[in-house]
Amino acid sequence: MEIDPFIFRLSIFILSIFIGYYVVWSVTPSLHTPLMSVTNAISSVIIVGAIIAGLAGNAENTFNTSSIFGFLAISLAAINIFGGFLVTQRMLAMYKKKKKDK
Amino acid sequence: MISANLSAIFYLISGVLFILALRGLSSPETSRQGNFFGIIGMVIAITVTFLSIGNFSSGFAYVLIFLLIGGVIGAFIAYKIPMTAMPELVAGFHSLVGLAAVFVAISAFLNPEAFNLGSLGNIKLGSLIEMSIGAVVGAITFSGSIIAFLKLQGIMSGSPITFKGQHLLNALMLISIVIITYLLCSTQSSNLFWILLAISFLIGFLLIIPIGGADMPVVISMLNSYSGWAAAGIGFTLENTALIITGALVGSSGAILSYIMCKGMNRSFFNVILGGFGATEKSLTSGSKELKPVKSGNAEDAAFLMKNASSVIIVPGYGMAVAQAQHALREMVDTLKKNDIKVTYAIHPVAGRMPGHMNVLLAEANVPYDEVFELEEINNDFANADVAFVIGANDVTNPSAKTDPQSPIYGMPILDVEKCKSVLFVKRSLSPGYAGIDNDLFYKENTLMLFADAKKMTEDITKNLN
Repeated sequence: MEIDPFIFRLSIFILSIFIGYYVVWSVTPSLHTPLMSVTNAISSVIIVGAIIAGLAGNAENTFNTSSIFGFLAISLAAINIFGGFLVTQRMLAMYKKKKKDK
Repeated sequence: MISANLSAIFYLISGVLFILALRGLSSPETSRQGNFFGIIGMVIAITVTFLSIGNFSSGFAYVLIFLLIGGVIGAFIAYKIPMTAMPELVAGFHSLVGLAAVFVAISAFLNPEAFNLGSLGNIKLGSLIEMSIGAVVGAITFSGSIIAFLKLQGIMSGSPITFKGQHLLNALMLISIVIITYLLCSTQSSNLFWILLAISFLIGFLLIIPIGGADMPVVISMLNSYSGWAAAGIGFTLENTALIITGALVGSSGAILSYIMCKGMNRSFFNVILGGFGATEKSLTSGSKELKPVKSGNAEDAAFLMKNASSVIIVPGYGMAVAQAQHALREMVDTLKKNDIKVTYAIHPVAGRMPGHMNVLLAEANVPYDEVFELEEINNDFANADVAFVIGANDVTNPSAKTDPQSPIYGMPILDVEKCKSVLFVKRSLSPGYAGIDNDLFYKENTLMLFADAKKMTEDITKNLN
């Protein structure tokens, strides 16, 4: 009997939860705010679904209800992707070590 | 057009890059590189999606236009936002992830062919369940984050909003979500899908209104986690590895942060999300405390004390963020250091309105991160320090968390400020902190209260130090 592909995806999911668990525990507490903003940015990879939805309209009819929701989702996710990564970068650039020559 | 197998491999690669992005945050040195990995991962995921669809018709131009609109707005916000507004920003971003998940789910429900999920009215059962989960969690994330945003922004009162039968109502709604999802799967009725979304939006709203302002660190972390689970739900629907991996990472990340925040307050997760904390206790304590004597001083006294100290520990809290006092504080510390006084910073896990809030503000004010310490690292040092300078913090220093089993914050780990030789407390008034409880520290022999705006007071102290 063949294994349902769902099981493979479930395996990836469960293993990723464990990876997330160990990786996040090793994040230093002083970087918890950047952690939140970067997780925001990466969870917007949901834009992948939005793009598929946006492009699902046919040639003579680019806009139907389904694709309009897709296009809106593209913008929402893009705000997050650009906003999330850039604000994270801005924050991380501020974390500096003590200068030795004081 | 690239094959499904090849694109799956690329999605896997971007998932791995996202793991590395989080891994980078284990130290400030590697964090910037981590962020870069994250960006690469995102570029790969988007590019591969375009290539795998391979449909560069008129729709493609619109995709780019909408992408650009969002990108410009996002970049603009990222550059303009003040660091003190970071909690609001993160809450706002969570709401967008939630809404995007809902929109993708709607889109997939209306046009399942495009996603290979069957046909309208005849969507594969598994996909429909996954889609519903993604949509429900996304909707809860959206409306919950909106409330969190409004509370943090001060548009909505930060005090808990409670009413009779609240928990019963929430429980009934959660049960109805399960029932409607079941009916949706058996009938495929689009009406049920819309009702499901409406209830989910409503419940997100109801779940967050009873939670008070100072519990926001838990709420934000929790919503962070939800946004991850929503993304994962959609990832299962789209059979997309990058999305599943990311959803799981973000979901567990938010969950861990919620756990850390709850532990920082010695409260169970359920106690926090059931809400209402801080609403009732306030009325109990407002009676007798005015009578106790308090020593209050001015900037000159504070400067004198600190000048004669050899080590000072700064304890910042939410009040510092409100007063935007981080830069003034750093200047004061620079002056102290010029006088060969050792200065360190002590940060309580729940100081501020989100995890790591204080650290970001201090970093913004150019405080080197190796002078900033977490609770466990520094708590023993208070006994040897001469002065503790508490600026905008209150409950996290309250000794009754250790001594008074009746106290609502009993058992909460606190910074042992009272062990310092002297304590300087910058505060606007004697009013109790968020938890509504009096702080014994105010009345101690060695405590000097500095009643003023945090920013103004630190500036005045600096003047007096020079």
